[in-house]
Amino acid sequence: MKQIVIISGKGGTGKTVLTASFASLAKNAVFADCDVDAADLHLLLKPVIKEKNIFKSGFTAVIKEDKCIECGKCIEVCRFDAIKENFFVDSISCEGCAFCSYVCPTQAIEMQENVSGEWFIAKTKYGPMVHARLGIGEENSGKLVSLVREKAKEIAIEENKDLIIIDGSPGIGCPVIASITGVDYAIIVTEPTISGLHDAKRVAEVGKHFKVPLKLIVNKYDLNVNITKIIEKFCNDNSIEILGRITFDKLVISAMVEGKTIIEFNKGKAKKEILKIWERLKKDLKKG
Amino acid sequence: MIIAVASGKGGTGKTTVAVNFALSLRNAQLLDCDVEEPNAHIFIKPHFKERKVIYIPIPEVDESKCNGCGKCGEVCVYNAIAIVKNKVLIFPQLCHGCGACTYLCPQGIIKEVKKEIGIVETGSKNGLQFSHGKLKVGEMMAPPLIKAVKKKRLKDKTVIIDAPPGTACPMISAIKDSDFVILVTEPTPFGLNDLILAVEVIRKLGIAFGVIINRSDLGNDEVIRYCRKENIAVLMQIPFDREIAVAYSKGIPLVEAIPKYNNEFKALYEKIRENIGHQEAKTQRKI
Repeated sequence: MKQIVIISGKGGTGKTVLTASFASLAKNAVFADCDVDAADLHLLLKPVIKEKNIFKSGFTAVIKEDKCIECGKCIEVCRFDAIKENFFVDSISCEGCAFCSYVCPTQAIEMQENVSGEWFIAKTKYGPMVHARLGIGEENSGKLVSLVREKAKEIAIEENKDLIIIDGSPGIGCPVIASITGVDYAIIVTEPTISGLHDAKRVAEVGKHFKVPLKLIVNKYDLNVNITKIIEKFCNDNSIEILGRITFDKLVISAMVEGKTIIEFNKGKAKKEILKIWERLKKDLKKG
Repeated sequence: MIIAVASGKGGTGKTTVAVNFALSLRNAQLLDCDVEEPNAHIFIKPHFKERKVIYIPIPEVDESKCNGCGKCGEVCVYNAIAIVKNKVLIFPQLCHGCGACTYLCPQGIIKEVKKEIGIVETGSKNGLQFSHGKLKVGEMMAPPLIKAVKKKRLKDKTVIIDAPPGTACPMISAIKDSDFVILVTEPTPFGLNDLILAVEVIRKLGIAFGVIINRSDLGNDEVIRYCRKENIAVLMQIPFDREIAVAYSKGIPLVEAIPKYNNEFKALYEKIRENIGHQEAKTQRKI
């Protein structure tokens, strides 16, 4: 079984559109939406939820008023400025380290477990899907990403699937690192802008750091062909395989508005180019 | 006044709004808090005068004195410390730098050493003050670096914050303590879905906010309808324009490529001031 993840560095370059397109073309795959704090893949794949689970993770300090003697020890040790002068815990700043609860002389501080989100096992017409929703203002997105991947893997093994397609999140931090470790390839989708190039370079460095083989797609390549060429040269210089170029095509947005993948949509230049990229990817996956 | 520019979905135009808003104002400071992928400097091209390395404290155990009691591993909620065969193993990537292990070690043999998580660079361009953070590749923890960028805030300036996408801790660290948040979205199902998530976060934080719709003519009118229903001010709409996209691709600010946007961003500032005034009046009436 193979695992591929779609990442980008910069947001809004087309990760989810491509993930959904590949999903609609894959014959025997599981899909995992690992962009847990702004998940969108469900809008195109329209999963029917079979199982809903609570994601518990991390703690928040709660000060029991009746036991608190206002000595201030907790405020002194907290490095996240989460305890205010009136001995009220700002739950958004609290990182749940529990340091305060250890030093409180009257045991007035309790650590309460957070409900940090939900995750779902679902069915789409193209195969099983695992996705999640991080709670409002919650932390630990990396842990939720790992959980979604773990469940997708379990399903893939159980149902004898040969591929897991993972939709990643933008950036290079915690959730991205959790979504790329141990995959067979990470596919970077970027756009021909100086920002897109800058961000693709940074996420490529992260891939290299974690020894993940990289491939790259330039989306909306015709918005600036010169920068497309610079991106492709960067790939050649850094042994990143170029999977292809995709035209800026307003039909991609039309398809999205109808809640369809561009593959399900009848027409479009972008559709043809994505089909070509998929054929190439399929060959690579067979090669091993 | 601090105005943060955020969005749920990535690539909706946060940096475009933050950069051009800052350029159109007098006496402004731009803080790029998207430390994972900072892009504002591409458009501002500031002269950097200061480069500061940012560290978090991580524990280091004096192995020769450690009796393997395991207290440090027990108190670490981040699983950054494991005790294997009476030896302490530390995983620096998972450490939040809370200091509990160091303080609570019964032998007092843990000390803190500095671990680099990134840099903050500060400079200016034509009177606009600028700082940004760059997370070190392979590092997980963006929030401490975002806080370091926000410490560069100058009190007498109008501060514009370019926030990272999403609704998780990096986004919250960036927008926290702002006077106003601009949510940039696009009129597509993805844009709407992520806007709704971002609105929930901002309402929980209790910050005044409004929406800017970018590429406003590509997609449908669901975003506008949602804003109307929820009584959210739509502050500005920027239509799709190939000229804008091409200027962006080259790193040219919108207000330079199409100067009429200067006035639009100035008007945006007035709208925001008015909006904050209204919201304050409302809260006072409630009290």
